[in-house]
Amino acid sequence: MTGPMSFDYAPAPESRSVVDLRSSYGLFIDGKFADPADARSFKTVNPATEEVLAEVGEAGPADVDRAVTAARRAHTKVWGPMPGRERAKYLFRIARIVQERSRELAVAETLDNGKPIRESRDSDLPLVAAWFFYYAGWADKLEHAGLGADPRPLGVAGQVIPWNFPLMMLAWKIAPALACGNTVVLKPAETTPLTALLFADVCRQADLPPGVVNIVTGAGATGQALVEHPDVDKVAFTGSTPVGRQIARAVAGSTKRVTLELGGKAANVVFDDAPLDQAVEGIVNGIFFNQGHVCCAGSRLLVQENVHDEVLERLKRRMATLRVGDPLDKNTDVGAINSAEQLARIRALTDVGDAEGAERWSAPCELPAHGYWFAPTLFTGVSQAHRIAREEIFGPVLSVLTFRTPHEAVAKANNTPYGLSAGVWTEKGSRILWMAERLRAGVVWANTFNQFDPASPFGGYRESGYGREGGRQGLAGYLA
Amino acid sequence: MSERLDVRKTYKLFIGGAFPRSESGRSYVVNDAKGRFWANAALASRKDARDAVVAARNAQPGWAGRTGYNRGQVLYRVAELLEGRRGQFVAEVSRGEGLSTRKAEAVVDASIDRWVWYAGWTDKVAQVLGNANPVAGPYFNLSTPEPTGVVAVVAPQDSSLLGLVSVAAPVVATGSTVVVLASETAPLPAITLAEVLATSDLPGGVVNMLTGRAAEVAPWLATHADVNAIDLTGVGDADLAGDLEADAAGTLKRVRRPAGAKTADWTDGPGTDRLGWTMEIKTVWHPMGV
Repeated sequence: MTGPMSFDYAPAPESRSVVDLRSSYGLFIDGKFADPADARSFKTVNPATEEVLAEVGEAGPADVDRAVTAARRAHTKVWGPMPGRERAKYLFRIARIVQERSRELAVAETLDNGKPIRESRDSDLPLVAAWFFYYAGWADKLEHAGLGADPRPLGVAGQVIPWNFPLMMLAWKIAPALACGNTVVLKPAETTPLTALLFADVCRQADLPPGVVNIVTGAGATGQALVEHPDVDKVAFTGSTPVGRQIARAVAGSTKRVTLELGGKAANVVFDDAPLDQAVEGIVNGIFFNQGHVCCAGSRLLVQENVHDEVLERLKRRMATLRVGDPLDKNTDVGAINSAEQLARIRALTDVGDAEGAERWSAPCELPAHGYWFAPTLFTGVSQAHRIAREEIFGPVLSVLTFRTPHEAVAKANNTPYGLSAGVWTEKGSRILWMAERLRAGVVWANTFNQFDPASPFGGYRESGYGREGGRQGLAGYLA
Repeated sequence: MSERLDVRKTYKLFIGGAFPRSESGRSYVVNDAKGRFWANAALASRKDARDAVVAARNAQPGWAGRTGYNRGQVLYRVAELLEGRRGQFVAEVSRGEGLSTRKAEAVVDASIDRWVWYAGWTDKVAQVLGNANPVAGPYFNLSTPEPTGVVAVVAPQDSSLLGLVSVAAPVVATGSTVVVLASETAPLPAITLAEVLATSDLPGGVVNMLTGRAAEVAPWLATHADVNAIDLTGVGDADLAGDLEADAAGTLKRVRRPAGAKTADWTDGPGTDRLGWTMEIKTVWHPMGV
């Protein structure tokens, strides 16, 4: 911002004092925290400052086996035979405790993940509570879900979740699994384990029987041990498409059920009759929400050629007002990149964008000296063959392409191996529905973007994975 | 040693979130199951019934306009507060219905769980009773259930709390508002329930509770032009039920007939039977095309 109308924001930091982190955490198995058998551990850092937040246990195969055994015992003896209405009441309790402790959990999430407190407080945590509420209500209504007269739980679910929405992904996994009568062993991502470990305390406050929820922290090897454990009945994974492929291969030939929620390269299609200011807000929300660390991010902007220049001008003006910086500041729009590794990947792919001839523009903003940061960026002059139009960058980087006709928009939007989400911006209702019918994506947002609700199924076509989370359909992956 | 004298409660009506006496100034004697005097309950009049319908109508658009999620939160809060007053309800149900403490506890527990059951339906009923329709043309076509509006309920006579909850909770869960005529002989748990509702984030007028005589009050509800549906579950007299249904025909109310000779076992799982009857299916068509 320049000129006489500019205002400086005073710092408005959220207090860290609501979170009481321990210096080290063990694994949560059978209702108790215990150190890993071989006493290995790793550090989790605040990506905005590189400060070490805590030391966390790294679960090996023996620990995973103990967790699966505890989950099996809890399923056989307690959780499986329990009437649905009693399971429901545990889940309602968890939902209420999440609501009660939501500020604490939001601050912890922001510290460990780097996302703005405005998002963890106003988006992640309300959705976490809502997810538990919604599926709590299903626990005693499974026979009304249209999935057969006598739906049965599968048994033990092994769940592996990513770092972009740590507690929200936990809720998406644990709430339906428990509602359906399964017990779980969940592995949070290695860069964001803390809220899952705090959630263990939520379970304790709810008097959830031991073994129903087990949390094993670690990296890829821990996840692999969990997925490949012979006594796991169901594998649920959210993460990258390459890892999803490995999991699908690993369970091939077994009786394990699998749901996968993987990468995306969503097209956000803007027609010339769209309300442009509203569309620009949607484009910004679509790609810069959560630093673009969103599998359904609107990372490909398809804008109708005759409004390209006008949209770009408004978009750049809007991007220049985004506040990038301290995630705990309540005015921050874009926080830290989650890890050095992810930052390196974003840099590498955007360098390829330059090399392949696209034109880079980044919002003018001052980035903090410490931590991992990337300015909101867009590329124009992008062709469908460019890697930045084909590969998931998973960062605050937008690739802009153009189209002339609705048919061309559909062809370009679908020209990807992914199929998780899509956006359509137009004032014409019939065109929205025409587009929605043709877009090969599991979620289509019209004149909005990045909307989530526990009542609404979410999941991908093609290489964005299979299975749905949310809604009535979200029960199917956890029932026989 | 002098024994402390207990402070007894005045049982009044519950209309629009307030607790008025009957405008008629009348009351009637309520005895406990052993036939001993228990309290003087308000004897609701035509005017009280009409006031209750006005309150229910005023509350209806706002209540229906809440998200299912929000209604679920409010109804779950009712269950939380009921749990906190469990002892009081056990005592009242036991005394009014002549049940042992153990049996009364089971009834109260089932009543609390029933609120939880219906709290969970608020954001799911559309997913079970609605659907997309594959019409043979380029149209988007979606059917969704909507609340019918104001519902009058004659509550079961024999089950003063569980029966009452079982007939009233599904109506408000789906977004309608309700005027309940409580059990004539055992109306007191209904008024105590109203005290819970009054302090549980439920907007005034969503549930209105009348005590009195079905034969006197129900005809005014059955003919009232601003009542959309009437549940005759608690009407024991078959002739009266027939007359009320005929009265309701004048404004084409949706009518739920009493179960007849077989007495309902309210401890049975409720199913979805009572969710749909107070809902209207709305179907939206929209063309698809560039």
